[in-house]
Amino acid sequence: MPSSKRQWLWLLINIVVLAGIFTLVQYMIATRMLNQYYQINLAAMAINIILSVSLNLINGFTGQLSLGHAGFMAVGAYVSAICTKNMDLPFIIAIIAGCLAAALAGFIIGVPTLRLRGDYLAIATLGFGEIIRVILQNIEELGGPAGIVGISRLTTWPYLFGAIVFTIIIIQNLINSSFGRAIISVREDEVAAEMMGIHTTWYKVLAFMIGAGLAGLAGALFAHYFYIIKPETFNFLKSFDILVMVVLGGLGSTTGAVLAAIFITVLTAYLQAFPAVRMIIYALILVLVMIYRPQGMLGNKELTRKTFGRFWGGSA
Amino acid sequence: MTILNLQNLSKSFGGLSALADVNLAIESGELVGLIGPNGAGKTTVFNLITGVYRPDQGHILFDENPMEGLLPYKICQRGVARTFQNIRLFKQLSVLDNVKIALHKDVPYQLYAAILRLPAFFRGEASIEEEARRYLRIFGLEEKQSEIASSLPYGEQRRLEIARALATRPRLLILDEPAAGMNPQETQNLMELIRWIREEFELTILLIEHDMSLVMGVCERIYVLDYGQIIAQGIPDEIKNNPRVIEAYLGEEVS
Amino acid sequence: MVEFMQQMVNGLSLGAIYALIALGYTMVYGIILLINFAHGDIMMVGAYVGFFSITMLGSNVFVALLFAMLACAALGVLIEKIAYRPLRNSTRIAALITAIGASLFLEYVTIFFLTPEQRVFPAEAFPMHQYQIMGLYISNKDIFIIVLAVVLMVLLQYIVKRTRAGKAMRAVSLDQEAAVLMGISVDKTISFTFALGSALAAAAGVLIGIYYGTINPLMGIIPGLKAFVAAVLGGIGIIPGAMVGGFLMGILETMVSGYGSSMYRDAVAFGVLILILLIKPTGIFGRNESEKV
Repeated sequence: MPSSKRQWLWLLINIVVLAGIFTLVQYMIATRMLNQYYQINLAAMAINIILSVSLNLINGFTGQLSLGHAGFMAVGAYVSAICTKNMDLPFIIAIIAGCLAAALAGFIIGVPTLRLRGDYLAIATLGFGEIIRVILQNIEELGGPAGIVGISRLTTWPYLFGAIVFTIIIIQNLINSSFGRAIISVREDEVAAEMMGIHTTWYKVLAFMIGAGLAGLAGALFAHYFYIIKPETFNFLKSFDILVMVVLGGLGSTTGAVLAAIFITVLTAYLQAFPAVRMIIYALILVLVMIYRPQGMLGNKELTRKTFGRFWGGSA
Repeated sequence: MTILNLQNLSKSFGGLSALADVNLAIESGELVGLIGPNGAGKTTVFNLITGVYRPDQGHILFDENPMEGLLPYKICQRGVARTFQNIRLFKQLSVLDNVKIALHKDVPYQLYAAILRLPAFFRGEASIEEEARRYLRIFGLEEKQSEIASSLPYGEQRRLEIARALATRPRLLILDEPAAGMNPQETQNLMELIRWIREEFELTILLIEHDMSLVMGVCERIYVLDYGQIIAQGIPDEIKNNPRVIEAYLGEEVS
Repeated sequence: MVEFMQQMVNGLSLGAIYALIALGYTMVYGIILLINFAHGDIMMVGAYVGFFSITMLGSNVFVALLFAMLACAALGVLIEKIAYRPLRNSTRIAALITAIGASLFLEYVTIFFLTPEQRVFPAEAFPMHQYQIMGLYISNKDIFIIVLAVVLMVLLQYIVKRTRAGKAMRAVSLDQEAAVLMGISVDKTISFTFALGSALAAAAGVLIGIYYGTINPLMGIIPGLKAFVAAVLGGIGIIPGAMVGGFLMGILETMVSGYGSSMYRDAVAFGVLILILLIKPTGIFGRNESEKV
């Protein structure tokens, strides 16, 4: 419960603005003002936002460089696709199953690897991401390298919008709490955090599980929008894509992650015909941002707070 | 009652013996100093007590319960807190958040309450905030609560580190060279602060220090470590006149 | 048994290539604690330089190797100067992200200019002969790869152990500040390390061209990652460790694809990596060190 009148007001304004955006886009889709091309990019943008915001929890807030995010997305995509296609379960159940499976994968991978230091962890997560992909490639029942085709298109704008809001609320409410401070303390100084009674390994695993579960959510939405999923879609270049968004937006800034995801999606759409150019730009973004602005566009600041003042409870 | 008891503690690094057969006992409520020349192994003792390293041999008893091999966060939860020789604050975070993090081990609400923003969360945050401010007030840092920790002057960073350690509500506080880099006036204030903390929080304090005036002025009992071994212990006056201690500090020619 | 020995032979020549790449990873890591993600791609550039000097200049394999090694030595130094040097004092994660950027840059600039098509490495540059010895098929390619790799490794050991530049390398990797006080130029030494490592990678690139017969702009990724695993397996930062790790990885890989499924070939490398990291992160030859507090 927000404690002051001003906070209630901000909450109300937020809800109104969000409802406005949602209704406007829904109206534009219903009246076909947004054609198929824009709708596809809108879906890609929403999925990228979820991926970017969730990876930012791991890389930005917890300070653990993970290069295996696409692997968790794959788990969510495959599990949810099996649920709807082979088991005829409702979409919402499939989404939940995909999230939980990805979070479980995050737990299984996180427990052993999160003991590792920075760059070793990066390589280990890259390895696990690739192992997930190779395993999927070798399971005939899941279509092997060809993947699963003919998944129904169940992902609609309300699902996409709801998933974004859900992701951001979970992460912001987590981060702006005592548990979030514990997570951030791991990034700031792991040894000192441990000495202050923070079970650092557990908080790393927690962040990893939540991040992985949300990547699974993105995967489930992806599978049910683009009809087809292949192991190759979720290779480590996909993980690098997500990393580019987080790095560009600012490690530790949710608004930065959202803006960067939007920017990268638009860039990708414009450069559809020139994939090499797109990747060269990604490469330059990584190198130049690290050299000239290692904190990213927004650093660890949040846009809302800077522009509109503090409003989320007394936990800033 | 003996609060901390180190028995036959040994530790070596890559074949080099850092500590050999160290015995040290602290009574509840005491203020004890651990001194010794550079490289004598003082910080290693602290690192063993707080679980950064595992001892090769020997036992660490806290309240008569063995504590060796526990993870550092468990040791903190049992009631041991420390500061670091080279200040280790959460540099990018605010002064207030630094203290709040230390309060996390007794967080008064559940994870789901935070994510769902249940009333318990808001009540809990309010009490954490109040508690953290209380520690800052004690150390005269309340006005600086929203500043970034790394922007504080050196002396205040030291005080913040002590405030943060105290916020974990320890029964044993371990200070690693708290006066390092302070001028005589600051050291004087620190001495008074340390004494006052002990009374106010009913603590036991173990401190490492180079500044002899601080150690002699504040500690009731002193252990001297040289080449990884305890070579003397006693009240400050005994230590001052102990020939082995003088030798260890000044070298043989002088004695 | 013959089957097993045959796999050993195949594994040794593949392992020799991995070892050459792993050396670059390990030297760079030893000196600036950076996993040079772009290292596999430098190897790819080496393969292309070799390819073009054979097809366009009509040079023989040795001249092609020389060109490739010189070009890549320069490229390695350049990448370090432009991308890594400005980050020398920032976090290791920032440096790693930059290295990923450098890797993508090399891959996609190559694709941009040379198309993503794979090219057939000219077979006439290295006519294949196969010998049968005690039931084993050994080709002159295998012999060439193994011999060349061993010669280069011996040369490297000589440079590192006996020359001034090599001593400077070891000094900088042990203690950078002390090295500066001894009058060693850290910048020059790091450049030299990148040059050496990249030249070895270039040689590996040409050898991969000969071994597999084709090259493409993304060919550096998987061998690069496997060589990195080899470096970690041997103990990263330790030169003989990289050599042993490389051979072990090569043998393991041919054994898995010979006796198991070749589909899992690439997963094996990562499996090995994760096992080492969990059991002994410092690798076979590494010593255990804990963080200073």
